[in-house]
Amino acid sequence: MNLMTLLEMAADAQTNRVAVGSRHDGFTYRQLHEAAGAAAARFRSAQASHVVLCDESSPAVPIALFGAAWAGVPYVPLNYRLADSDLRRLAARTAPAMAIGDVASIARLDGIAGIDVMDRIRFLDLVQEPLKTAPEPPSSTDPDLIAVLLFTSGTTGEPKSAVLRHRHLVSYILGSVEFMGAGLDEATIVSVPPYHIAGVAAVLSSLYAGRRIVQLPSFDPFNWIDTVKCEGITHAMVVPTMMARIVEALEARGGTEMLAPETLSYGGGRMPLPVIRRALELFPITNFVNAYGLTETSSTIALLGPDDHRAAQYGDDPDSQRRLTSVGRALPAVEVAIRDSSGRDLPAGTPGEIYVRGEQIAGEYTEEGSLLVDGWFGTRDGGWVDTGGYLFVTGRSDDVIIRGGENMSPGEIENVVLEHPGVRDAAAIGVPSNQWGEQVVLVVVAAAVTAENSELSTVTYSESRKVMSGGPDSTFDGLSDALRELVRGQLRSSRVPAHVVFVDALPYSETGKLLRRVLREQFASLGDDG
Amino acid sequence: MAALTPGARFQSTVCTTELIVVRGSTEVDLTCGGAPMVAVGTSSIDGTPSLGAADGSQIGKRYTNADATVEVLVTKSGDGSMAIAGERLEMAQAKTLPASD
Repeated sequence: MNLMTLLEMAADAQTNRVAVGSRHDGFTYRQLHEAAGAAAARFRSAQASHVVLCDESSPAVPIALFGAAWAGVPYVPLNYRLADSDLRRLAARTAPAMAIGDVASIARLDGIAGIDVMDRIRFLDLVQEPLKTAPEPPSSTDPDLIAVLLFTSGTTGEPKSAVLRHRHLVSYILGSVEFMGAGLDEATIVSVPPYHIAGVAAVLSSLYAGRRIVQLPSFDPFNWIDTVKCEGITHAMVVPTMMARIVEALEARGGTEMLAPETLSYGGGRMPLPVIRRALELFPITNFVNAYGLTETSSTIALLGPDDHRAAQYGDDPDSQRRLTSVGRALPAVEVAIRDSSGRDLPAGTPGEIYVRGEQIAGEYTEEGSLLVDGWFGTRDGGWVDTGGYLFVTGRSDDVIIRGGENMSPGEIENVVLEHPGVRDAAAIGVPSNQWGEQVVLVVVAAAVTAENSELSTVTYSESRKVMSGGPDSTFDGLSDALRELVRGQLRSSRVPAHVVFVDALPYSETGKLLRRVLREQFASLGDDG
Repeated sequence: MAALTPGARFQSTVCTTELIVVRGSTEVDLTCGGAPMVAVGTSSIDGTPSLGAADGSQIGKRYTNADATVEVLVTKSGDGSMAIAGERLEMAQAKTLPASD
């Protein structure tokens, strides 16, 4: 199976339905199919071995993705937020390639050997010109061809490129999406960037479901809210930081409830419990979906559905309550196992590393080859499964804090302190300690800091500035003590942070990943007093 | 006989049905509408599905045999129904999942 099959089926079945854009002048499935064929002809004549996209969302995204599939070469969306030198080095690894992007991005990629650049406007014009001859059929529909290469964020050295072959992505789509299952009026808003696996999956899922795609090139919560209302949006996917900003924006508008979208899914990082609780109130009739997946697993592998969300909101069953912090159950086509460090399977309730197996699981990098063992892929995420099969993700294995030989996940500490009304955001990190190996530092964003209409805000803000350099501050003594007590009361005393520091904001990547490494470096000096 | 390798595509010779193989490995007697299916694009459509093999195939639906060793995805709907060695391929139960991306 090849992505071309999906495009051809959609174009055959839904010739005149709009695939991407506004109802009035968007690309229909037929036009998308034709544009992909025209794009493939360009890629072939340029003898591109890869198709690079360095751009925000636009109709060029699905056209480049399917054009690359048509030409039988990998599609490589790059992170346009990278520094020039990093961006150019990654682009150079794809040569010979054709690179498409906005004018600014294209200028940044200019002059790299083997990289032909084309600005998005010209690309979109060219692929819509009437064709003099029908495009050559797809070069190959071999399911083993590489469909997409996604560079990992490269927090440890040079970025690796995750390999997604056609068979992985097609298996994911066939296993989770019903062909043309969307109603005629359905539309999804895509606000994640194209270089995120969710940005790739959104294009494929929506196309196969027959759901119109509306793209939001750069995320802004007010723009998102207004677009949802004006474009008749029925579906949306956001990363947790976007959800937090949407909730804040609705609060700023007086806590107005939203009756759309019908389905709102989130994933890509840990969702703070207070944010999802408030979102459930602000979107009273929306179906919430928590999706867990990785680049290497072709997007979603487990999800927590709408009923589970409302059961946690309205019920008082402790299992249901706790499951709001889970990522739900594995997709039907995916197996999940929890294993210890020696690779043994662990029973329900015991934390270990999350392993997954299934036809959508790629688990391969250009640099390292396939990491699958008997089909199983070790995610490097820690987690456990409850007796009902609900998966709880405790965080990256690399982020586990080991204090005095005891492993603790940052997530369990964070979930407790985030319940405190004085806390807007929090991160628990391990810093080096002579006595304990590591000890816990809790980095907190106090709620008052962002209450811009609060009378306290200017005072609090300047005070918090002072501690940006890192260190305990007497302004928050009361809160620090309260948080320590909270952790002591709900978890073991070993989890109680040795230090609580306050900052204006935690460092997140633009796709919502908390950059713990940055915090560990920033606060490393706190640990030496053991 | 048809070699059912994943990704292989077949057409009916008596209706508009086309399919792609999702799972399968062996040479089998694959029919649609009672007539042997052939590689896509190698035959015109001539005749009509035979009686008893005319319940239709539906685009986007997956069909399997009883022991699930074969699975095909219909890429074009048609009037014929598909079978392997006379055993009807049944539509796989649709798994309804909420949209997650």
